[in-house]
Amino acid sequence: MTKADIISDVFDKVGLPKQDAEELVEMILDTIKQTLKQSETVKLSGFGNFVVRKKRSRKGRNPKTGQEIEITPRSVVSFRPSMIFKEHVIESTESTASAAPAAE
Amino acid sequence: MTKAELIDRISEKKPGLTRKQVEVVVNTVLDSIKFALAKEDKVEIRGFGSFRIRHRRAKEGRNPKTGETVSVPPKKVPFFKAGKEMREMVDGKI
Repeated sequence: MTKADIISDVFDKVGLPKQDAEELVEMILDTIKQTLKQSETVKLSGFGNFVVRKKRSRKGRNPKTGQEIEITPRSVVSFRPSMIFKEHVIESTESTASAAPAAE
Repeated sequence: MTKAELIDRISEKKPGLTRKQVEVVVNTVLDSIKFALAKEDKVEIRGFGSFRIRHRRAKEGRNPKTGETVSVPPKKVPFFKAGKEMREMVDGKI
């Protein structure tokens, strides 16, 4: 699934013109990105939280040459799915497994 | 920023739509991602990141209170990996 599929979903389910659907999806993604850029947490209830974590500098190794290098300190995004999201994934895969046990 | 604040910010930028309409769109986007992962589909959003399911193997756990060994069943968990543009933005490179 790609952004185009998400846009089609919005178009089908919400009944907005395609151009609006597209613009809104872009705005949602962009607003989340811009907020994370400011190192601010994004909490989407029922979905999960995007958190910016600061990583300290650490030693790494080039796996090819074995040479030791310093990995510079950096900020990274981590996503913590909500309980609802986690349960949704577990339940729906379980129900398909029990509904179609032969479909392996 | 919470979901309500996200909806507010977008509503301000799109005066042609009601707040309710924006709310429905935000929820639809999040639901599409959730439903795709529930079907074990991957969701790839260029510049943002990708969502997919990670499988956790069954393992032997221990009840920390009683020390009893319990078997932890295999699990599926949603996983997000930030895209290149997102990574660089958050790290102050863009």
